Amino acid sequence: MSTVIKVENVSKVYQLGKVGTGTLASDIQRTFARITGKEDPLLRVNESYDEKAIHVALRDVSFEVKQGEVLGVIGKNGAGKSTLLKILSRVTAPSTGSVKMKGRIASLLEVGTGFHPELSGRENIFLNGAILGMSRDEVRRKFDEIVDFSGVAKFIDTPVKRYSSGMYVRLAFAVAAHLEPEILIVDEVLAVGDSDFQKKCMGKMQDVSDKDGRTILFVSHNMAALSSLCHRAILLVNGNLDAQGPIGEMVKKYVHVNADNVLYREIEPEKTQDPQRARLTKAWIESTDIEDKIITINNSFEVKFEAECFEDDLPLNFSMTVRSVLGQAIFNSTSDLYVAKKGKFSGSCKIPENLLNYGKFTINILLAKDKSTPLHLVREVLTFEIQDVRENETWFGDTSHQLIKPKLAWDISA
Amino acid sequence: MVQAEINKNEWTQVIEPTEGIFNFNLRELWRYRDLILLFVRRDFISVYKQTILGPLWHFLQPLFATAVYTIFISIVKVPTDEIPRILFILTGVVLWNYFSSCLTKTSNTFIGNAHIFGKVYFPRLVIPISVIVSNLMSFFIQCLLLIPFLIYYHNNIHPTIYLLAIPFVILLLAMMGLGLGILVSSLTIKYRDLSYLIAFGVQLMMYATPVIYPLSLIPARFKSIAMLNPLSPVVEMFRYALLGRGTFSLEAILYSSTFAIVLLVIGILMFRRVENSFMDTI
Repeated sequence: MSTVIKVENVSKVYQLGKVGTGTLASDIQRTFARITGKEDPLLRVNESYDEKAIHVALRDVSFEVKQGEVLGVIGKNGAGKSTLLKILSRVTAPSTGSVKMKGRIASLLEVGTGFHPELSGRENIFLNGAILGMSRDEVRRKFDEIVDFSGVAKFIDTPVKRYSSGMYVRLAFAVAAHLEPEILIVDEVLAVGDSDFQKKCMGKMQDVSDKDGRTILFVSHNMAALSSLCHRAILLVNGNLDAQGPIGEMVKKYVHVNADNVLYREIEPEKTQDPQRARLTKAWIESTDIEDKIITINNSFEVKFEAECFEDDLPLNFSMTVRSVLGQAIFNSTSDLYVAKKGKFSGSCKIPENLLNYGKFTINILLAKDKSTPLHLVREVLTFEIQDVRENETWFGDTSHQLIKPKLAWDISA
Repeated sequence: MVQAEINKNEWTQVIEPTEGIFNFNLRELWRYRDLILLFVRRDFISVYKQTILGPLWHFLQPLFATAVYTIFISIVKVPTDEIPRILFILTGVVLWNYFSSCLTKTSNTFIGNAHIFGKVYFPRLVIPISVIVSNLMSFFIQCLLLIPFLIYYHNNIHPTIYLLAIPFVILLLAMMGLGLGILVSSLTIKYRDLSYLIAFGVQLMMYATPVIYPLSLIPARFKSIAMLNPLSPVVEMFRYALLGRGTFSLEAILYSSTFAIVLLVIGILMFRRVENSFMDTI
């Protein structure tokens, strides 16, 4: 298989702050000074084009994509994903380096680009198709297919400003999905539409890569979607190409470098509190069967903690609440009574496999006396992420918004 | 070495920091001709949607302008080379409208379309070219306005063989409007001031061009200055062709043509220079 995209040492530098001086006169002054070799008259003594005035969005990024490959681009916000895609889709030029490509490239950076609200759906299909690089004949040939796919056939001659936002997006995506570029760039478009439509889109993307052998660059924060669609991935960290390789490894690595997870924490004593009777000092997540700190749906793990008691014979309970990262409480679990002696002690709570669905979760731990008097509450003491594993299932199933994923016993018989 | 050469030739697209500045890339533009036509269609259809009078606005605007200017020059008694005043003004207004709308609309290319340019690549020149073409359509429609007046005043006018040169006149105007427009649009990326300037700049240019007065009105000692305006001979030639009165010479037309070509080339070069990276500054 041949290489269809070759990115060589691409860097992109943005100048921070004001661009130019904003007025023609001072720019002429500046240019003149540069030509005559004098010092820039508009630069203050301590102000120069140093590292502070520029932002390096991409630094020396090189990689190749083979034909028919679905390449995932992984990275946190600000890692340079969008900049990279913008360069690839020719929206902006790289500062240094070069990109070589074979075949037509089309991006779905945002669907519905150039839709005109006053024009009908039909007119917009032609306009949008042309903006994306289709010829009029091409659009005409695929017109029925596009309308079918979007499911807005009834309203095709209505101005799109009368469309619901869902219809609008569906129509827009339908056009984009019927482009036949050799290279397709997809950026988080899957966040749109209802789940039915998303399913359709993913199916379409898979079709495109499987049957037609097209190359796709897919950017998403959805590790599940990435794992199921992509073969390989590149991982961007702060504008650098941190790693590239098989998607599974990259996803693991991404989760690893994703510093948002707090898997270990020492808790500072709080000054404001009354003379403390007991307090939590440390909490962490531990598991014997997890590698690289990846917790999957199939792993059990333990929430461990250390506490300190300042009195003898204090009856204590621990109460742990697991919340989704959006703050929705999922469950609470309370320990049995423990009569603590003065000094340190520790404990743990095991969260079994096949309980939490994939996603991000936080834990609150409350230390209470006699199951009634709160002594020490630590909110969001730990944050962790559970990764999806898919076994013999269609990946998209209907798992997107559920917080738990228990394995339940089924019995089916005639 | 040979192998490397071959491999290099296979790439259909190479993205590099700066493309050669003399890279007009007309072939690519041609590939996007459908898009140009669709933009023209969009501009044309969308403007008058949800207006009561619809396409009638094409006629109303020049008619109003003509009425105002005609009253004005009747009051101050501007001679019009023996052409009926209203016809004199109308020809000027219709022609000037074409130039000024080409200029003002293309000068907004980058700022007005940043939302599209930020998402998708297509040759950026598609937009200004589509503006030129859709304005041409309005120009033709406005020219229809001239017909009743030409018939009514048929005794006072003497169309000449130069009628055949009218497409050339329009081409010159389009080139100057496009050239100046995209030059300004390239500069407005850094200097927004220009976009404010252009609005009344166009007004001033109109008064510096024989639109509501004939060139023959200019005293002889100022004529050479007036002739520096490359638009003057174009307007005068249009009037001469249609109405049989106008002051222009072959040299003047040559001057205008040269000016138009140079302006257009400079405009395209500037446009090409900024189109790759303007998204970072806008």
